[in-house]
Amino acid sequence: MEIPYTVEPRPDTGVFNAKLGIWLFLASEVMLFGALFSSYVLLRTGAPPGTWHHGREFLNVPLATLNTMILIGSSVTMVMSWASLKLNDFKKYRLYLGLTILAGFGFMIVKGFEYGHKFEVGLFPKSNTFLAIYFTLTGLHGLHVLGGMIVNGYFLGPGAKLWKTQPERFANRIEVAGLYWHFVDLVWIFLFPTLYLL
Amino acid sequence: MSATDVEAIRKQTRIYIAVFIALAVGTILTVAVAQFQLPVALAILVALVIASFKGSLVAAFFMHLSHERKVIYWVLLLTVVFFLALMFIPSLTEWNQRYLPR
Repeated sequence: MEIPYTVEPRPDTGVFNAKLGIWLFLASEVMLFGALFSSYVLLRTGAPPGTWHHGREFLNVPLATLNTMILIGSSVTMVMSWASLKLNDFKKYRLYLGLTILAGFGFMIVKGFEYGHKFEVGLFPKSNTFLAIYFTLTGLHGLHVLGGMIVNGYFLGPGAKLWKTQPERFANRIEVAGLYWHFVDLVWIFLFPTLYLL
Repeated sequence: MSATDVEAIRKQTRIYIAVFIALAVGTILTVAVAQFQLPVALAILVALVIASFKGSLVAAFFMHLSHERKVIYWVLLLTVVFFLALMFIPSLTEWNQRYLPR
């Protein structure tokens, strides 16, 4: 059976189905991260005065700044990979998507160093409430980065075959994968100052 | 793809680079402001304003929301309403404890 509206927009929505689908998924993601973020605010404002531990006491700001730069850079390469497909340049697409995946690895390695150092000095989620919410939020975000890398890896490897038979459908898939990746970047843009700096 | 489409995409890629530079500057600004040890309320305000600005750039340009179909805006409007409700829960909890009889 042919899946409808993978390329041409559906008349009633005006978009191809996967685009509406990914936005609905991202809406649910906003609620997931929003609920945890709201919990962070509640835990912090509800803590008895003087008992709250701040991120800057334990966290490595230069490493997190580096990770922020890596992630926003990866958003640019992601959108450039989609633009390359629109310009019919498959080689550039592979280059940019490869760089995006590489940046994902870079982010996870830096995050791994950060986590590793915390564990070495005996800082765990159970250590205090700040670290509990820090590990929850950054851990969930890290899983999202990993998920994006797997999807992008598929589109760099076996999934790229679709380009030969249905190039427009393939470009739409990359756009949708990109929307997810940019959302993960967007979440980090808010996590970085609120966890590391404030 | 027509020549005008190709030109439009090329123009967009130049915008993407400009957005990246703005995001990088925003990141440096966020870290720089944090060094000043501003009063807590002001520090939170400044950090959130910069983060919102950066987030809007990502959404508008990388996620193409600057020129998207109505249906997507409606989905997002609904999301924003529920997101704001979530963000008010901490305040509601506080009011509840302060004003309602135990």
